[in-house]
Amino acid sequence: MVPEAEFTSYYGRPVVKESPWQADIPAYLFTGGLAGASSLLAAGAGATGRSTLARNSRVGALAAIGASTFFLIHDLGKPSRFLNMMRVFRPTSPMSMGTWLLAAYGPLTGLAAAHEIVGALPVGTRKVLPSVFTRALQATGRPAGWGAALVGPAVATYTAVLIGDTATPTWHDASGQLPFVFAGSAATAAGGLGMLTTPVPQSGPARRMAVGGVIAEQLAQAWMTRSMGLSVQTLHEDRAGTLLRLATVLSTAGGIGVVLAGAVSRKPRGATGAQLLSAVSGTALMAASACTRFGIFHAGQASARDPRYTVVPQRERVDAGHPVRSDRTPPGGG
Amino acid sequence: MSSHSLFGPLDPAVDAGWEQAPGRKGFLTDTSVCIGCKACEVACKEWNAIPSDLGDGITGESYDNTSALGANTWRHVAFVEQSTPPAPAAPPAVDLGMPTLRAPDADAKPEFRWLMSSDVCKHCTHAACLDVCPTGSLFRTEFGTVVVQDDICNGCGYCVPACPYGVIERRAEAPGDKTKNAGIAQKCTLCYDRISDGDLPACAKACPTESIMFGDVDELRERGQQRVAELQEQGVTGARMYGDDPHDGVGGTGAMFLLLDEPEVYGMPPDPVVTTRDLPRMWKRAGLAAAGLAAGAALSLLGGS
Amino acid sequence: MSNADCIVIQGSNMAECHPVGFQWVMEAKRKGARIIHIDPRFTRTSAVADQHVALRAGSDIVFLGGIIRYILEQEKYFREYVVAYTNAATLVRDDFRDTDELDGLFSGYDPETGTYDPASWAYKGVEEYAAAGNARKPSADQSAHTDRAAGDTHGAAGAVGHGHSQTTRDETLQDPRCVLQVLKRHFARYTPEMVEQVCGVSPQDFLSVCEAVTANSGRDLTTAWVYSVGWTQHAVGVQYIRSAAIIQLLLGNMGRPGGGIMALRGHASIQGSTDIPTLFNILPGYLPMPSVDDHPDMTAYLKTVTSDTQKGYWTHAGAYTASLLKSWWGKTATSDNDYCFSYLPKISGDHGTYNTVTRMLDDQVEGYFIMGENPAVGSAHGRMQRLGMSHLKWLVVRDFQLIESATWWKDGPEVRSGELKTEDIDTEVFFLPAASHVEKDGTFTQTQRMLQWHHKAVDPPQDARSELHFMWHLGNKIRARLAESTDDRDRPLLDLTWDYGQDGTDEPSADKVLREINGWQVKPDGTPGPLLSSYTQMKDDGSTAGGCWIYTGVYADGVNQSARRKPGSQQSWVAPEWGWAWPSNRRILYNRASADPQGRPWSERKAYVWWDEEAGSWTGHDVPDFPADRAPDFRPEPGTAGPEGIAGDDPFIMQSDGKGWLFAPTGLLDGPLPAHYEPQESPIRNPLYSQQSNPTRQVLKRKDNLSNPSADAPGAQDFPYVFTTYRLTEHHTAGGMSRWLPYLSELQPQFFCEVSPALAAERGLVNGDWATIVTARSAVEARVLVTDRIRPLTVNGRTVHQVGLPYHWGQGGKGAVVEGDSANDLIGLTLDPNVHIQEAKAATCDIRPGRRPADHQVRGMVEDYISRAGITVETGNTLHEKGDQS
Ligand SMILES: Nc1nc2c(c(=O)[nH]1)N[C@H]1C(S)=C(S)[C@@H](COP(=O)(O)OP(=O)(O)OC[C@H]3O[C@@H](n4cnc5c(=O)[nH]c(N)nc54)[C@H](O)[C@@H]3O)O[C@H]1N2
Ligand SMILES: Nc1nc2c(c(=O)[nH]1)N[C@H]1C(S)=C(S)[C@@H](COP(=O)(O)OP(=O)(O)OC[C@H]3O[C@@H](n4cnc5c(=O)[nH]c(N)nc54)[C@H](O)[C@@H]3O)O[C@H]1N2
Ligand code: SF4
Ligand code: SF4
Ligand code: SF4
Ligand code: SF4
Ligand code: SF4
Ligand SMILES: [Mo]
Repeated sequence: MVPEAEFTSYYGRPVVKESPWQADIPAYLFTGGLAGASSLLAAGAGATGRSTLARNSRVGALAAIGASTFFLIHDLGKPSRFLNMMRVFRPTSPMSMGTWLLAAYGPLTGLAAAHEIVGALPVGTRKVLPSVFTRALQATGRPAGWGAALVGPAVATYTAVLIGDTATPTWHDASGQLPFVFAGSAATAAGGLGMLTTPVPQSGPARRMAVGGVIAEQLAQAWMTRSMGLSVQTLHEDRAGTLLRLATVLSTAGGIGVVLAGAVSRKPRGATGAQLLSAVSGTALMAASACTRFGIFHAGQASARDPRYTVVPQRERVDAGHPVRSDRTPPGGG
Repeated sequence: MSSHSLFGPLDPAVDAGWEQAPGRKGFLTDTSVCIGCKACEVACKEWNAIPSDLGDGITGESYDNTSALGANTWRHVAFVEQSTPPAPAAPPAVDLGMPTLRAPDADAKPEFRWLMSSDVCKHCTHAACLDVCPTGSLFRTEFGTVVVQDDICNGCGYCVPACPYGVIERRAEAPGDKTKNAGIAQKCTLCYDRISDGDLPACAKACPTESIMFGDVDELRERGQQRVAELQEQGVTGARMYGDDPHDGVGGTGAMFLLLDEPEVYGMPPDPVVTTRDLPRMWKRAGLAAAGLAAGAALSLLGGS
Repeated sequence: MSNADCIVIQGSNMAECHPVGFQWVMEAKRKGARIIHIDPRFTRTSAVADQHVALRAGSDIVFLGGIIRYILEQEKYFREYVVAYTNAATLVRDDFRDTDELDGLFSGYDPETGTYDPASWAYKGVEEYAAAGNARKPSADQSAHTDRAAGDTHGAAGAVGHGHSQTTRDETLQDPRCVLQVLKRHFARYTPEMVEQVCGVSPQDFLSVCEAVTANSGRDLTTAWVYSVGWTQHAVGVQYIRSAAIIQLLLGNMGRPGGGIMALRGHASIQGSTDIPTLFNILPGYLPMPSVDDHPDMTAYLKTVTSDTQKGYWTHAGAYTASLLKSWWGKTATSDNDYCFSYLPKISGDHGTYNTVTRMLDDQVEGYFIMGENPAVGSAHGRMQRLGMSHLKWLVVRDFQLIESATWWKDGPEVRSGELKTEDIDTEVFFLPAASHVEKDGTFTQTQRMLQWHHKAVDPPQDARSELHFMWHLGNKIRARLAESTDDRDRPLLDLTWDYGQDGTDEPSADKVLREINGWQVKPDGTPGPLLSSYTQMKDDGSTAGGCWIYTGVYADGVNQSARRKPGSQQSWVAPEWGWAWPSNRRILYNRASADPQGRPWSERKAYVWWDEEAGSWTGHDVPDFPADRAPDFRPEPGTAGPEGIAGDDPFIMQSDGKGWLFAPTGLLDGPLPAHYEPQESPIRNPLYSQQSNPTRQVLKRKDNLSNPSADAPGAQDFPYVFTTYRLTEHHTAGGMSRWLPYLSELQPQFFCEVSPALAAERGLVNGDWATIVTARSAVEARVLVTDRIRPLTVNGRTVHQVGLPYHWGQGGKGAVVEGDSANDLIGLTLDPNVHIQEAKAATCDIRPGRRPADHQVRGMVEDYISRAGITVETGNTLHEKGDQS
């Protein structure tokens, strides 16, 4: 525990405002990551002939990005004005950039998934569809999948910038490492989804992605917590603390599950057990990823509510004679 | 570090592309003459037809029952009761080249102070709220001020956590209520409508003690610094300017303050920084992370099943 | 004010209650003036002052007396000014005895009636004074203490100073009977130690105020004193102000820029409502109201208003009175019928608001008009106010809102408690919505006697109408009903000039009213002639008419001078072309005193009005408040009265001797000099005299108006704390203009009490929680605000805690955004004898944590306190305490 810092505030009232965001936004952080990484996984799976994994991941990506869009719009104070986001292209606004990313990514994912879905339909049903449509899908589905895979990683990590680019102490303090945490978390989630939905024999990449994700996320989080300063406390306390601890438990369990699933599947008659293990750990990993996002979200909200996280570091900078200035290089670079 | 357009001094109206900007306008709120009458708060609410907010009785926090700036409070008067002697002299905001300060005369030294300060949106040179707004609802006026366009804002709420001063807020929307601009981000417009007609902002007009001064930012900055010098000379060692430095974390503010104690005493951040200063780095990191994710995905293909 | 070098604000919370006027204090501060705030509480005024001195509520005379003593002992008075312009040198009658000899009484006290015969207070040589029958003796059948007021008899200019044009003076100031020596003796016991003991102010704090005000007064510097109702609302309120007057005269701060005493008036035109009074005891322009006993005719009346042996402009009272009567009764008023003097209503005693309420309770009042007032909340002893109204036959309330005074019969505290039942109340209540000032033309007269015209901006909503509209039409209706009457008693109404109508609207013309007030020459046929330009044109022969002599000139040259709005930047710093100030647009009264006896400015810096030798006239930045061509060295024949009797160095032209009165030989009912008395309810015995409280205070001995025991009396320990009441910037008085407005209500949503952390600890009060405050009148609940702004004081060797209560809330009223208990329910009725003002600023109470009992149990709680403390009707009401140390 960092010792209680002495500081002055106005009746303990917050200095910065916490975001007005409700559960929609952390859910959005999660589904965005899930979608982006799934598109990657799908493209790889497709390229390596793991067609079920590819299909499931593509459809999963579409569902996830659909949910994302819902969450995003649902969160708006004036949902009817969603399209106002399209008025501007503003690189200084991660939300603007995110909107454009989604605008590009959504249709690509949609096409890719539609292609998969149509492909999976029984031939008879497929016949009912206008041939222009099926032919167009045939032609665009694959490139769209690659396109989605190209944009996907950005969809998965830009959300770190989205929340990092605020005055919310925890988020801003974490903004240097948060993209890596989110990337890892996205991989964990997408891997988990693959494991849940795809038979073990095809879901090797998903398992490896998931484990890689867990490891990357843990490493990135360790780096993050070391460089954050005072606001790191919020990651350990209250709701955020619980969620993040749960995330660790779940991802560890999930990771172990992955390894076990791999091992069990090599055992004779291990298929069913392996499938079950795979599904359970996949779910755990997705849940872990969600917990991470919700945890970080709530840690940020808590850091905004408590003036200490805004005042103390700033006061220390000023007292140390190093206020942030544009005509002076801050010590230690930045 | 070189200044890019997300940081460092600049003329915000010109930067925003106004060709014939009339010169930057802003406030100097001199808290040393504020009498806490809240006329500014009320005038602002009257002029802008802001919903009233009864709350649940008194807060027990001195005479402040509105607590903070927010969607329904665009001017807020803070009341600080200090029973300890004033904080030790802060380093003057600018080097005034003054000889030694006259020691405050012993019997005049208050053993108790009641500070009052009327807070408002800072109309930052680098306004995080505006930077992050995805709709362009927030825009930079020809006066260099920052204004929400109620008909464009979609209530995404992004500006709210972005503001380093905790100013802007989304107006709550109770189901079924017909409150004006519910769900929309709200804050001081620096009376864009009034100053466009050559009028004083409502709050400045109502202020009986000229605690709120409206005018050209450069001129106000100078006036404020002079007044700090005066006060320092009178032994008010805590007097300082806040927001007058174009090299500070937000590039200086359009609404400046003359404070008598540390900013956090009044609920203001001591060293605010526009979040977008760090945005290039964040984008770089996000790019790296995305690439890492792609690479990881590629790696995961290696291997069986 | 912005020209002051030091400003003492005492008994006023100027920043909170007069924020717009306060800009001039801040302006003075910017220019380097020292600002001192002396108040029981640390307020928003204290916050921007250089020094705050906390004192016990009700102790100011000791503080001010201490300053007077300091000035005299240290010889810090402005000698040249004092000798020439004040009555310091005047000798007082040999038989005058002071409080230091009589243990708190002046000579002439009658313990039977609790009144003074002021004969012995007169100047030496004015022996015939008593014979003139000036001071009206209370009639035998009236309760002595409820029925008098100085103004009943004297009008506002003080009283007649028979023979004062001729006084005996010792300009060496050595004669033991001269006022300065009297003063020295009188204030000798007001030592810094006494200040500490009574006020709870340390000698250092006290002396630093003394030093500041004396250092900032003199030829080159001036100090201004500011007070408001923190001084007036005491049973010795008038004497608080007298104390400040003495200081300012001694320091030479009267009649000079940046000097003076600023009486901050309350409501927007409260000054106007004393000039053209809503008070029962004066007529417009401070002419006294005639009385049944003493004024059978105009001659008898004028004899008590003025005398032909006094100096100054009061000697023209006959012209003012005749003109007033001419303006009211026009052609009917002739010299043959005393200008209808007999039409004037005559008073027979105290008809002030509080006495009227007790008469209501005794079923002696049938009907009541409430116009622009909310007595159910704003007047002291709210319970008596509401119960009193329930005895009326009819009640008319004109207001913007359905205030508590209009709804007490259905939702007031007494109805809530079950004490009154709506169906049992026989009062017929009429509510008439009123137009606000922006919905009608008219003038405001502000603190500085300045009239400012306001134009109607919008039509009043729905049925709301202006006061003029109501009055005029009511008058028309009554006159129409009486048109056929032959009864003499209806003549005053039927003969009244009542011609305020204007074409095309049923709204009477405010402009016509202002013209009538200004006055005109009366043409031989009795119709209005040219408008007057100055009150000096008024005649007592019926050739002029004017509704208020001091306002004459507001329509000078046929122009509405009050409507002038020339920006300050386009005229001199005195800004004479903004509005119009009475009298004669003078911005500083008695400004002759801004020049030395030879007529030269006291200093360049403070030059204001001076004698121009070449032109042979007074000139300067302001309109000289002096006969324009009276040379400084002019000396009238001894004994010359009237304006001609004013010497070239008699700046105080309304005073009977032309001098500023350090010692008031006449005019006050409770003494020629201020003496400290404890409030009706006090935690201590008066350390100065055996006389505990003002021996002439007006007590209303009634079962429904009990007082808490004081000091060491049994039961006093049940009410150990001092409380005071006051205003907040966020609200206005009884709340009719703020509690109905959401934007104001949200800023101070609840009734609260301010207590020190020490008292909170002593009584277990928690910030933000509830507390109950109890007196012998009522118990109210308030949220607790624990604050260092209230400090416990050490008074007379013990700790005295003070409780602060803003008085803006009330229970009931329709449509109020916020409501709460009313501080005025706690306050009892004890009044200043001179002006009948209630003692609302200092009383005692108990405070305990938690909410009060439910409505129907509150009285039970109060009764418990009353019986525990052994309170009776007599408690605290002994007027004369005999000394036990003599
Ligand atoms: N915002 C606002 N402004 C107002 C009004 C309002 O209701 N609200 N009301 C108007 C009216 S009607 C009036 S009359 C004026 C009144 O103006 P003020 O007289 O300034 O108002 P108060 O707050 O009643 O009392 C002034 C101060 O007297 C102090 N005090 C109490 N007892 C004593 C005492 O014994 N000695 C001394 N030295 N001080 C004492 C109180 O602590 C308080 O701070 O304000 C006018 N202006
Ligand atoms: N305890 C305590 N009691 C006090 C005082 C105190 O300091 N302490 N102060 C005393 C003082 S100084 C005062 S002045 C009184 C004030 O007490 P009140 O005069 O009883 O109270 P207000 O609320 O000012 O009432 C004025 C009413 O006039 C109405 N009004 C305004 N303009 C107009 C108009 O043009 N026409 C009509 N018809 N109505 C109008 C308003 O709506 C309001 O309801 O309170 C006194 N009572
Ligand atoms: S203070 Fe906040 S709301 Fe105001 S301009 Fe700056 S960032 Fe925007
Ligand atoms: S809430 Fe409105 S103003 Fe704020 S960032 Fe979103 S669109 Fe812009
Ligand atoms: S400038 Fe206008 S909008 Fe801003 S605080 Fe003042 S009155 Fe309100
Ligand atoms: S109006 Fe002026 S004096 Fe009054 S609270 Fe606002 S800033 Fe302070
Ligand atoms: S309320 Fe009116 S009278 Fe009182 S200070 Fe304000 S402007 Fe002046
Ligand atoms: Mo008043």
